[in-house]
Amino acid sequence: MDTETSGAPLMMTQRTANRGETEMIEPQAIPDAGPTGASNRLEVSDLSIYYGDFRAVEGVSMEIEARSITALIGPSGCGKSTFLRSLNRMHEVIDGARVEGSVRLAGQDLYGPGVDPVEVRRRVGMVFQRPNPFPTMSIYDNVVAGLRLNSKRMRRSETDVAVERSLRGANLWEEVKDRLDKPGSGLSGGQQQRLCIARATAVEPDVLLMDEPCSALDPISTLAIEQLMLKLKQDYTIVIVTHNMQQAARVSDRTGFFNIEGTGKPGRLIEIDDTTKMFSTPAEQATQDYVTGRFG
Amino acid sequence: MTATEQTLTSAVSPSGASPLTAQQLSRASRVGIASAAVLIGLGINAVLGEVRWGWVVAIAAPTFVLLTYVASRLVEGQRRAVDRVAAATATMAFLVVMLPLISVLWTVISEGASRLDGTFLTGDLRLTPEDLMAQREGVAAGGAYHAIVGTLIITGLAAAIAVPLGLFTAIYLVEYGKGRLARAITTMVDVMTGIPSIVAGLFAYALFILIFGPGSRTGIAGGVALSVLMTPVVVRSAEEMLKLVPNELREASYALGVPKWRTIVKVVLPTAIAGILTGVTLAIARVIGETAPLLIAAGVAQSSNYNPFDGRMTSLPVFTYYQYVQPGIPTDAGVARAWAAALVLVIIVAVLFTVARVLAWILKPAGLR
Repeated sequence: MDTETSGAPLMMTQRTANRGETEMIEPQAIPDAGPTGASNRLEVSDLSIYYGDFRAVEGVSMEIEARSITALIGPSGCGKSTFLRSLNRMHEVIDGARVEGSVRLAGQDLYGPGVDPVEVRRRVGMVFQRPNPFPTMSIYDNVVAGLRLNSKRMRRSETDVAVERSLRGANLWEEVKDRLDKPGSGLSGGQQQRLCIARATAVEPDVLLMDEPCSALDPISTLAIEQLMLKLKQDYTIVIVTHNMQQAARVSDRTGFFNIEGTGKPGRLIEIDDTTKMFSTPAEQATQDYVTGRFG
Repeated sequence: MTATEQTLTSAVSPSGASPLTAQQLSRASRVGIASAAVLIGLGINAVLGEVRWGWVVAIAAPTFVLLTYVASRLVEGQRRAVDRVAAATATMAFLVVMLPLISVLWTVISEGASRLDGTFLTGDLRLTPEDLMAQREGVAAGGAYHAIVGTLIITGLAAAIAVPLGLFTAIYLVEYGKGRLARAITTMVDVMTGIPSIVAGLFAYALFILIFGPGSRTGIAGGVALSVLMTPVVVRSAEEMLKLVPNELREASYALGVPKWRTIVKVVLPTAIAGILTGVTLAIARVIGETAPLLIAAGVAQSSNYNPFDGRMTSLPVFTYYQYVQPGIPTDAGVARAWAAALVLVIIVAVLFTVARVLAWILKPAGLR
């Protein structure tokens, strides 16, 4: 088991379906790496994801460096979104979903015994494909929703600060500062998505997951989100699923390619490497075919 | 040039329009057809005797459909004719359905308005000998204050029981329920919807005999009987409304690290609240006019009773029923009180609906308004 792959890992495709083996992962004793950020790396080892009896994703291992953008690409239905959702235990919302293997954030196993999925999601935020601001709330309330709904008692002056910081962080402050009390659903699609990003960052998570955040947006809004991601990278560990390979090439530091052998077969991580390498000289022929558009 | 080509060109070229234009029934001719249909209806009524508006509509509606088809077929051709017949049938069906509603409203208002006075709204049925004397001479006496109070108390109790029960059941079914238990509950709710109201009344009566002793008829028994009828309606409507809340909103909330119960309270319920309120109002309207179960469970009283746990309590439908079947002397006085009580009931329901609409509009998410 090569769960500890130090340095710059090249390919970490694992095919271990043995359940006994997955339990032998080293104890979660990795010491905190000191200053914040540096410790917020994700280590996924031999992760298989099931919906009931159906194995959707099989044997994925990868390391996601702190303060970097990792893009996940691959054809539809290859399990990359499922994999992304397993990183903050969002897939558990669906009945019968379960995983084998481990995901460790700063050394702590997110699937360890006694771990509360709610706590996991506070540390690993998520932005969805379709902008989904809360329709009952104003722009202001949307941004502080995460803070308020977590029943933190905050004074108005404190939330004011949090709202401005998050909206500035999401490059939305200038556009909405005069209408914070207006409903969030009145914004354009791109603005709504940036509002959702502001909402996700307001709770100050360690990791930000983005599930095709630009697929419902026009090119200008997409550009705005991409610039935002490059800015957020300074503070957050970002994992993004995208169908847009140019986008992966533009924003990500590392790219992982998922593929599926056929319908009903589990999705697998074919390879993950530096983005420049993935788009020029990938190790696998399948990756080469996919990024050059010969298949998929 | 053949004959058809000539007619085509002659029909089209004077206006300079393209061959895409076609002859259409003008607005004036459609109004003419409608008037002709109404006149035919009036005429047949007049020939057969007195003019009854219900019969006029009943004759005019199919006549209008028939005339529309014939005229449209001649002028516009088969396709437009079918289109017009479909539209005319739908409109006429709507008008026919409106007839009973308007008729009921009209009758209740015209018959009930005369006794809707101060005495009626403040008095009860404990008539003194002087009142009875006055009543014989045609002076209005007696009121339904006790029945209005009874209706509000009994329906309020029913709502206080049924709304939380129904809402929590709906939340369970939509947010938590899965597998056999949820399916069983859904089936039970369906069965409950079909319970005859008299059975609900008997159930409540039997239940409160166990508590208050034989022969007891109380407001709370009436409230429980109505809540049995109301709960499944609340469950069903609330369930539908909760299902309409997009899953994306729940996921967005979970992804912020919000626990499930808080997501339901702060995100799901506020999004669905407008629809839930409308459903609750409909459920209240459904039970506020119930007579049979209250006759059994709450009984009849002649005066106000503010305590639902002790003694009989009259509601407006029961009051109406008794004033109609036991009007006293002269009978006109009792029947007039029955109509007035019916009118008060209609007004209460109308007020409820208005309040619910206003509340729903206020509570509706600003973005969906």
